[in-house]
Amino acid sequence: MIRTLPSSKIYKAGFRLFIVIFLVFLFAPLIITMILAFNDSMFPSLPWKGFTLDWFFGKGPKIIGLFNDSFNLRGIATSFKVAVSVSLLSTMVGTLAAFLFEQENFRFKGALYFLMIAPLVIPGVILGISILLFTNSLSIFIEDTFGIYLKFLTPSFGLVVLGQFSFITTIVTMIISARLRKFDRTLEEAAANLGANRFQVIWFITLKYLRPSIIGGAAIAFLMSFENFNTTLFLVGSQSTLPINLYQQVRDGSTPVINAISFILIITTSIVAVATLNRGGSRKS
Amino acid sequence: MKSDRQPIRWSFFIFFIPVFLWLFLLIVLPHLELLRMSFLGSRTSTFTLNNYKAFFTEPIYWLTFVRTAMYSILVTFIVLVISLPVAFYITKISSFKLQGLLMVLILVPFWVSELIRVYGWMILLRESGVLNSFLVGIGIFKEPVEMLYNDVTMVMGLVYTSMLFMVVPIIGVMGNLDDSLIEAAHDLGAKKIVIWKEIIIPYCMPGIMSGSIIVFMLVLGSYLTPKLMGGKNALWFTEQIYNQIIVYFNWNQGSAFGFLLLLLSSLIIWIALKLTRQEFSKVVK
Amino acid sequence: MQAALSLSVKNLTKMFGNFTAVDNLTFDVEDGKFFSILGPSGCGKTTLLRMIAGFYQPDNGSVMIQNKDMKGIPPDKRPVNLVFQQLALFPMMNVYENIAFGLKRRGERGPEVKKKVNIMLERVGLPEYGSKKVTQLSGGQKQRVAIARCLVLEPEVLLLDEPLGALDAKLREHMKVELKKLQVKVGTTFVYITHDQSEAMVMSDYVAVMNSGHFEQLDTPQTLYNSPASSFVTQFVGENNKFSVNLVKDESNVFFAETKEGFRYHLSDSFNLQDSESFDMFVRPEAMIINPSRPKPNFNIINADVKAILFDGGNSRLLVTPEKSEEELIVALPQNRQFDYIQAKDSIKIGWDPDAAVYFKQADERIYKDEI
Ligand SMILES: Nc1ncnc2c1ncn2[C@@H]1O[C@H](COP(=O)(O)OP(=O)(O)OP(=O)(O)O)[C@@H](O)[C@H]1O
Ligand SMILES: [Mg+2]
Repeated sequence: MIRTLPSSKIYKAGFRLFIVIFLVFLFAPLIITMILAFNDSMFPSLPWKGFTLDWFFGKGPKIIGLFNDSFNLRGIATSFKVAVSVSLLSTMVGTLAAFLFEQENFRFKGALYFLMIAPLVIPGVILGISILLFTNSLSIFIEDTFGIYLKFLTPSFGLVVLGQFSFITTIVTMIISARLRKFDRTLEEAAANLGANRFQVIWFITLKYLRPSIIGGAAIAFLMSFENFNTTLFLVGSQSTLPINLYQQVRDGSTPVINAISFILIITTSIVAVATLNRGGSRKS
Repeated sequence: MKSDRQPIRWSFFIFFIPVFLWLFLLIVLPHLELLRMSFLGSRTSTFTLNNYKAFFTEPIYWLTFVRTAMYSILVTFIVLVISLPVAFYITKISSFKLQGLLMVLILVPFWVSELIRVYGWMILLRESGVLNSFLVGIGIFKEPVEMLYNDVTMVMGLVYTSMLFMVVPIIGVMGNLDDSLIEAAHDLGAKKIVIWKEIIIPYCMPGIMSGSIIVFMLVLGSYLTPKLMGGKNALWFTEQIYNQIIVYFNWNQGSAFGFLLLLLSSLIIWIALKLTRQEFSKVVK
Repeated sequence: MQAALSLSVKNLTKMFGNFTAVDNLTFDVEDGKFFSILGPSGCGKTTLLRMIAGFYQPDNGSVMIQNKDMKGIPPDKRPVNLVFQQLALFPMMNVYENIAFGLKRRGERGPEVKKKVNIMLERVGLPEYGSKKVTQLSGGQKQRVAIARCLVLEPEVLLLDEPLGALDAKLREHMKVELKKLQVKVGTTFVYITHDQSEAMVMSDYVAVMNSGHFEQLDTPQTLYNSPASSFVTQFVGENNKFSVNLVKDESNVFFAETKEGFRYHLSDSFNLQDSESFDMFVRPEAMIINPSRPKPNFNIINADVKAILFDGGNSRLLVTPEKSEEELIVALPQNRQFDYIQAKDSIKIGWDPDAAVYFKQADERIYKDEI
C-alpha cells in the first residue's frame, strides 16, 4: 500500500487514475480561462473564432484590450500599491511578533498569543465589518470632541491596508516563528559572549538566519493582499482594488478582458509560487 | 540568564509595542465595537435586543444561518475525504522524483486569486459555457443546460477553492509518518482499512484538525463563491450580512449577524476540538 | 536426527538498479537458534531481512520458512515478525494496545487477548506498564515493547534489525544479556542484525559476517574469533594487530615473513608456502606476551618501546612500537599485578607463537579495503 509494500495492480492503477482526475479538476478552469483570453470573440466562451491578441493590446473601437483599459489598469495599480504596503508592514510587525512570542517571556503571553492567532478563525468579512464600524465610530468621536475630520478613518486606501494587515500579519508571524523556533539560541549566546549587544546579535545573527522565511512571508503577504476580497469589500473607498473591480465585471457579465487579466495573473503568480517553493525546497535539502 | 537581569529590557518593548498596537487596535477594539453596535437600535441608538430578536423571529435569517453552517460542515468533510488520499499518494506512493513535481502542481493553482478560479468555473459551466458547447457539440446534450447557480455546483466550487488548506497541513504530518509504522502494522497482520483507521488517521489528526478548522472558517466566511456559483434565491449568511451593511445600511443588524457568525464558528471549532481531544494552540502550529 | 530448519535461504539476490545489495546468499537457520548477521553499515543487512519478512521481492532465489516457500506471500501472511530498526511503535497507542494490535488483527478478542498481553509484558519485564504511553518509555523499555509486540504473535522466526542501535552504551550492554535470556526463555528462532561485533558474539549461537552483500563466514562465535576465514572477518571481529609482510627465504631455505623495516618473523608450520606474495599477518592482542621466555624454537620475540598504558580494568592494553618502526601494536596487559612495573617509555620484549597468528594474501582483500 506504500512504496515498499507489495500491492495489487488495480490498487496502483486506481490510485493513479484518482490523482489524474484530481489534477484535471484542479487545472481545467484555469487552463480554459487562459485559452479563452486569445479567442477572437466578444464573449469568453466557445466556439473558437481564431487567435487574437486584441484582448491584451486592442485599441478599440470594437475591442479595448487590457493594456488600454484604464479602469482595470487603475485597479491593478491600486492592488499593487496596497499589496506592497501590506507586505512591508506585516513583514515588519510579523518579525517583531515572532521574536516576541518565541524569545520573550512575559505575563499574559498565552492570552496575547491567542489573540495573535485569532484572525485565523475570524471570517474575513467580519474582520472587515468590525474595522469599518470601529474606525467610523472613532472618526465620529474625534470629530465631535476635537472638531477634526480624519479622512483616513473612512473607507479609503489606508483602511484597506490596515484591514488586510490585521490578519495577514498573523500568517507572516507564523511563518517566521516556525523558522525562529528551530534557531539554535546558543549562536546568539556565543555572539553575546563575543561582545555583541542584543541588537547587534539580532541584526547580524538571527535576522540572517531568518531571511528565507522573511522573504517567503513577504511574498505570501503580497499575494494574499493582492487577491483579497472579503475584508477589502467593506473598506474600499473610491480607489477600488483589482479583485473588487473584477468582481463587479464578473457579476454583471464579462468580456474576455477578464481572461486576459487572469492569464497574466495566473502566469505571474505561478512564477512567484514556483520561485518561493523552490527557495523553500532548496532550504530543506 | 544574563538578559533576565538587565534592568530595562528595551528589546522587549520594541517587540511588544507594535504587536500590542496591532492586536489591540485592529482586533480587540473593532470586535468590541461590533459587539456594542449589535446591541444598539438602528434609529434610537439605545440598548436593545431587537437585532438579535429579528434573527430568531425571521425564518429567512436563521434558515440561512443553519444552511450556511450545514453546508460548511459538508464541504469540510468532502475536502477532507479528497485530501487524505491525495496527501497519501504524494507522500507515500508516488516515486520520490514525482513527489516534488506533484507538490508544485497541487500548490500553484491555489496561489491564484479565488475570484479567477471561480470565474474559470463560471465560463466552464454556465449555459453558454465551454462544457455545454462541448457536450452539445459531441451530441451528448441536445441543448445547453445551466449547470451554474445550484447548490451542487456551489459545494463543488467551495471544495475547489478551499482544498489547499487541507492538503498542505495533512501532507505536513503525513510526511513525518515513518513508513515503518505502516510496515509494522502490516507485518502484524493489519488490513488497509485498519491501517488507515488505527495508524494513519490518528497520526495525522493534528493536520486534519488544523486543515478542517481553516477550511471550515474559509467556507463559512466565504462570499464570492456562494454569490457567484450558488442559487440565486438561496443566500449564504455572509450575503445577509453584506446586504444589511451595504444595501440596507442597517449596521446594527449587520453587527448582530456578524457577531452570531463569529459565535457559531467559535462554537463549532470548540466542539470539533473537544470531540477529537486536540488543543487549539497545538493545532494551529 | 537432523534439527528442523526454521529458515532456509537459497541464492537470494536483490538489486537496486545496477547495485547488488544482496548477492546470491545461501544459508540455513535451525529451530530455536539465535542467529546473527554481522556487517558494516550499508552491507545489505536490512535489505536481506526485509526480503525474509516479505517487504522486498527478491530478484532471485528463495526464502523457505518451516520448509514452506514464501514466494508471493505478503508480509502479514508470513510466520515471521520484524522488529524495526527504528522500532516503529505506534505513538497513538499505549503499550497494551501496541502489543494487542496484532492479536486483534487476527480476530482475537476478550479476556484471552488480555491474558496473552499481560503474560508477554511479564515476560519482557514490564508488568504494570500496559497503560503507559509509548512516548513515556525509556529506550530499553521501548525496545522490549517492540519485541513483545512481535513475540505475542508466536512467530516461527523473529527478525530484529539492529534493535539496540539507538541505545546508549551502558544500556546496550545490559540489553544484550536480557535479549539472550529472553530468547532462551521463549525458544523462538531469532535472526538478529547488527554492526556491533560484541553484540553478535555475546548473544548468538551462530554468526554470519556479511560484507558487500555476501557472507564472508558463517560460524559459531568461538570459531569466528579463533579461526577467521578472511582478512575482513579477522579485522571486523575482535581486535587484531596487523603486519604487512613479504615472504622471503633465508640461506637454509626456510621461509620467513619480512616487514618493510627488515624484521623477520617465524611462520607457523601449518602455513602453506607456495606463493611468495605480500600478505597480511594478524596477531590478537592477547596472543602477544610481555617479556616472554622462549617456549619453543620458532617463537617470535621483538624489542618494543611502550608508548602508552591503556588502562581499562580487565581489558587493559599496552600501546607499543617495535624498535626502529613507526607501527603501533596493541598488547594485552593482564591485570594480575605481574606487570605493574612497566611504565610508559620503557623498553620491553614482546613475543608470540606463530601458530596463534593468521595469514591472508593481500591480493584477496582488495574489495574491502575502504570499508574498514
Ligand atoms: N530502496 C533502495 N534503493 C536503492 N538503494 C538502496 C535501497 N535500500 C538500500 N539501498 C542500498 O543498499 C545497500 C544496503 O542497504 P541496507 O539498508 O541493507 O544496509 P544495512 O546493512 O542495513 O546498513 P545499516 O547498518 O546502515 O542499516 C546500501 O548501500 C544502500 O544504499
Ligand atoms: Mg539497516
